[in-house]
Amino acid sequence: MIEVDTLTKQFGTKLAVDQLSFTVKKGEVLGFLGPNGAGKSTTMRMITGFIPPTSGDAKVCGISIVDRPSEAKKRIGYLPESAPLYNDMTVTGFLKFCASIRGLSGGAKKDAVEKAIETCFLQNVARQSIDTLSKGYRHRTCLAQALLHDPEVLILDEPTDGLDPNQKYEVRQLIKCLGESKTILFSTHILEEVEAACTRAVIVDRGRIVADGTPAELIEQSGTGSLTDLFRAVTTRDTEQAA
Amino acid sequence: MSSFTIYKRELTSYFAQPTAYAIIVIFLLLSMGLTFSFGNFIRVGDSSLEWTFFPFHPALFMLLAPAVGMKLWADEQRTGTIELLGTFPVSTWSAILGKYFAAATVWLVALLLTFPIVLTVNYLGSPDNGAIFSGYISSYLVCLTFLAITMLVSACTRDQVVCLIVSVTICFVMLVCGWDGFTRELSKIVSPATLEAVVTIGVWDHFTSLNRGLFRLQDFVWFGSFILVCLLGTSAVLSAKRA
Repeated sequence: MIEVDTLTKQFGTKLAVDQLSFTVKKGEVLGFLGPNGAGKSTTMRMITGFIPPTSGDAKVCGISIVDRPSEAKKRIGYLPESAPLYNDMTVTGFLKFCASIRGLSGGAKKDAVEKAIETCFLQNVARQSIDTLSKGYRHRTCLAQALLHDPEVLILDEPTDGLDPNQKYEVRQLIKCLGESKTILFSTHILEEVEAACTRAVIVDRGRIVADGTPAELIEQSGTGSLTDLFRAVTTRDTEQAA
Repeated sequence: MSSFTIYKRELTSYFAQPTAYAIIVIFLLLSMGLTFSFGNFIRVGDSSLEWTFFPFHPALFMLLAPAVGMKLWADEQRTGTIELLGTFPVSTWSAILGKYFAAATVWLVALLLTFPIVLTVNYLGSPDNGAIFSGYISSYLVCLTFLAITMLVSACTRDQVVCLIVSVTICFVMLVCGWDGFTRELSKIVSPATLEAVVTIGVWDHFTSLNRGLFRLQDFVWFGSFILVCLLGTSAVLSAKRA
């Protein structure tokens, strides 16, 4: 499970994340919504231990990412926003490298790589060089990397961004399926995704939580039966900020 | 262990692409070309290679060592894979050492491939092979120093070209600072204390003494501490960039 406690991040004079607190329990899929620049990616980067928080703490399975980062990181599978990969490697080579770095070796490594390739439907491109892959395959390769060590917690930053409708559907189904046994936090711009894959959703705006509830509760809260209306009502638009 | 995994990945990456081959071939062509032209290898009859072969190395490393090291962190930052590396359960130090030793291995291979010249002097005369070995050590230490500088610069930028230009410039300054012609001119305009300070950062003095077969502790301390400071600096820059 993930426990985020008054997490704050300040970049110079800009407050990116402002005392954010929430909890994701095991078996829960939390959708993390918000406009661009709301602090979603920054929050995820702090929970995964990539950037240190200015103040506050995040615990993954009870382990603080601030005090015991390498213990906590072992329990997290993370898909960064742009799905970065080493372009000079093949898909299998890359996954083997990630498995080794996660401490897997021998038969366990081989099995983990095979399972991840199967789960993310990468069989057709397994021997292909990463720089020749299409965007959908790149995304899935990076997702496979996050699943390799069978982590208890999955943090996915816009996992369906840039995918075609078929691929989006598959990734949503995968998230739903994995969500039964794991704790998942994923960010998205696509509001239909919340209904399709999440058990709960929070909307963040300017680093603060402005709405929290199950998809049904949020729809009810909107008054009009549309998540889009709620989203527009509780978040600040770029144009307003500029004015 | 994770250092070794990163070392293997980096080394494979060098040899999976034309980078390492191109640099090694250029180094071999230039070092041999200079030995037989400006070094007057045949006419001088210097079997220890002290005057005909090794003196050209620092200038070649000045140009070519940054070409090997420039991608180490710049590329990770440009493609975003640094986010993967930062969320794997590995310390920044393991990554720094893994990468540094991979680049160092490329240069070890390049230097070892100059072995025909050693065979040649052994065939033509009776050289002191200990002195030749010492020449190789001096040459490799200069190369390692320049690689460490490149690594530090590489951590500061995501642009490989900027990294190359800045690193070559720093290496050039380090070469010039210990060069006789330059120090002679400088001694006319600055105080002896300032001159000594300038000469201290020069690499030439340490290189020539080792090249002559003189094992002075101060030279090893100088090379060792310079490399260590650059690697510590790399770690500091990488941490500061994330904060």
